[in-house]
Amino acid sequence: MTIDISQFVQAFLDESFEGLDLMEVELLREEALDREQVDAIFRAAHSIKGSAGTFGFAAVSEFTHGAETLLDEVRDGTREMTVEIRGLMLEAVDRIREMLVAARDGGEHDPARVAETAERIEAMLASAHGRVGAADAAPAAPLDAPPAEATPASGGETTPGEAEAASPGNDGAWEILFEPAPTLLASGNDPLRIFAWLAELGELGVHCETAALPALAALDPEQCRLRWRLTLEGAVAENDIREAFEWVEDQCTLTLTRTASAPAATPDTGTRTAVEDKVATGEAASRSTPAGPAAPTVPTPATPSPATGGRPVGANGAPVERRADAASIRVATEKVDTLVNMVGELVITQAMINTIGHSAEELDARAVDQLRHGLALLERNTRELQEAVLSVRMLPINFVFSRFPRVVRDLSATLGKKVNLKIIGEETELDKGLIEKLVDPLTHIVRNAIDHGIESPERRRAAGKPEAGTLVLRAGHQGGNIVIEISDDGGGLNRERILEKARAQGMAVPEQPSDRDVWQLIFAPGFSTAETVTDVSGRGVGMDVVRRNIEAVNGRLDIESTPGEGTRLTVRLPLTLAILDGMSVRVGEEVYILPLTAILESLQPTPEQLHTISGRGRVVRLRGDYIPLVPLHDLFDVPATYQRPEDGIVVVVESAEDRAALFVDELIAQHQVVIKSLETNYRKVPGVSGATIMGDGRVAMILDVDSLTRLHGTVH
Amino acid sequence: MATILAVDDSASLRQMVAFTLKEAGHDVIEAADGVAGLEAAKGKAADLVISDINMPNMDGITLVRELRGLPDYKFTPILLLTTESSDEKKQEGKAAGATGWLVKPFDPEKLMATIKRVLG
Repeated sequence: MTIDISQFVQAFLDESFEGLDLMEVELLREEALDREQVDAIFRAAHSIKGSAGTFGFAAVSEFTHGAETLLDEVRDGTREMTVEIRGLMLEAVDRIREMLVAARDGGEHDPARVAETAERIEAMLASAHGRVGAADAAPAAPLDAPPAEATPASGGETTPGEAEAASPGNDGAWEILFEPAPTLLASGNDPLRIFAWLAELGELGVHCETAALPALAALDPEQCRLRWRLTLEGAVAENDIREAFEWVEDQCTLTLTRTASAPAATPDTGTRTAVEDKVATGEAASRSTPAGPAAPTVPTPATPSPATGGRPVGANGAPVERRADAASIRVATEKVDTLVNMVGELVITQAMINTIGHSAEELDARAVDQLRHGLALLERNTRELQEAVLSVRMLPINFVFSRFPRVVRDLSATLGKKVNLKIIGEETELDKGLIEKLVDPLTHIVRNAIDHGIESPERRRAAGKPEAGTLVLRAGHQGGNIVIEISDDGGGLNRERILEKARAQGMAVPEQPSDRDVWQLIFAPGFSTAETVTDVSGRGVGMDVVRRNIEAVNGRLDIESTPGEGTRLTVRLPLTLAILDGMSVRVGEEVYILPLTAILESLQPTPEQLHTISGRGRVVRLRGDYIPLVPLHDLFDVPATYQRPEDGIVVVVESAEDRAALFVDELIAQHQVVIKSLETNYRKVPGVSGATIMGDGRVAMILDVDSLTRLHGTVH
Repeated sequence: MATILAVDDSASLRQMVAFTLKEAGHDVIEAADGVAGLEAAKGKAADLVISDINMPNMDGITLVRELRGLPDYKFTPILLLTTESSDEKKQEGKAAGATGWLVKPFDPEKLMATIKRVLG
């Protein structure tokens, strides 16, 4: 039987990345780690080491061994989890991740870096650093280290018998005296299985001695009172025999004797074959092994010895064809169970409707009722199934958030700032596709907040604030949206400086701009207020890219800021990329879908509400505000039923920049639509973000409110 | 064909073990930690248990001890998955009542060879 283990490599990579994330989260905790946390870190490393070897990532396994050994010392209380050890373990996490990413993407990791970290771990292991009850010594001073003890086993475990275990000649036999302890059976071991194993090594003769067997009345069937004399003919190495008894060596007395010539043994004809007793000849030394754990019969490991120097060369993982992150998803069993149940319900309902269809020649009133009932059920089933299927793609946002403690720690250290990170709502679930697309923009926003938002401890003190700034990441549901807030209690955006920069960079700045107008300038391409271009931000990727990324997933980015108090960025996202809550509207023969999140209200305007303002075209006056009127039939050049807004309906929508009153003929209904990409199936169309297929089979365009208002702006 | 209970918190290893055993025609029950393993063991008497040692909630050694306390598992072979460096764990496992062990890393061939030692 050949099993291709590469099919499990994906699962291995998934769980290893998960394990590394967990290690990172625990290692980055502010407070001292408790036993359970250290256990969890150790287990993750241990698991990666064990599985990596199995799935062919020997370098990963070898490297992780050192980290595991160090963690084991922390776990058993030999060493304390010092700041240095935490740092070193974080470094190890990075190295393992690099190696696995390289293996996943078919790239190469940097062996020199890996070797360097491995050496540091070795040095730490050899040092007394953090050792409980020992004077603290610098990790880099292995000379002070106590001898050997902490060094991981170098070389395989060798057995004393190994050297002399060369195959003996063909013309001999082993005589084996096997005296099991009465409790042998209670370990699940069975002497007959051991004999079957031996019989594969050579010609086996078995003789059972029943002398110690008590009388039937006194017999305890759970106790083994038998002993065996075995002969094993042929060129069998002693180690091979000991291996067969390996699992019971502490539960038996085993005596092995090599005789020079083959005895005239009867071939194995059963378990009670009598075998002549042989006298050991002078040349065959009788080696008797005392029972107990000290018995020197550990099998030779089939694998290379654990790392001592840790000098892995090249990415020697099994090649993985596909990119791992796109290829698989881990789903809670519960969700899969729900799916299975839902499909079951669906099948039952379908059968029910089928029966009605078949049984009635002509549908009578009763059958129609039943049919309606069945269809209502079908509708519910379908909706629930849809929700269940969608939830399979949902992951907690913690998949993104969990990286930030590290980012904040590293960055604030680099910048000499003090930052407390608070994460709220990390269990909020959103689409896996969204999560992947959020990583970059959120990271950028967080880095910005630390670099530009939160002030230095001195400045904060001077402003009467606590030295440590607070950065809050909050995720949650709001309406049908996921809302992610990144807020800091830093200095806030500097209105004057932004305006100054914008003018200096030749941007169009409105006269007497509102705060909102000013903040919008940040999103202009190429804008940067940082006086010095730091390593951290200001490297060309600006907020414009962040906003574009978020808009690309139908999201919205808003910014609020109060001088001296801080800044808050709000990212609003749809629950999923695949489904949109929309309102269908009719213009003449055409049906368009508006995202529900963009709609503020709908109304039939009175003639008094409609005005024409020079320079701005027609507007709708709504509670004192003038909102530009955008007739959809004009924009898309389609015939409409109504030409006057007061005959039709206007839908007030809000885009990132502005509001608009879309003039349509009629609102049809609110529904969830499945988004089909127009770009992949046709091409990008301004004002349209996608298409969907309606219940009657017609295709409806899904409107992109932001580009729609811009489009309207360019028309006028 | 035997019913085999495979307990491991590492999904990849568990899948590999389960897949290999199923290919060989065995029935496999999977569990992700000792607690789930014990629960599964009580639900259906397995002919063989293969368990990892380091697991959250309940480790493999505790699981062995718990299983040996169940009438159905008094003599059932129980194999522990260990790493080459954990000689101590092997002894601890044996003391708890484990039958034997399978040293990681292992491949499907080695797994089957080891299974053969206890199932024949």
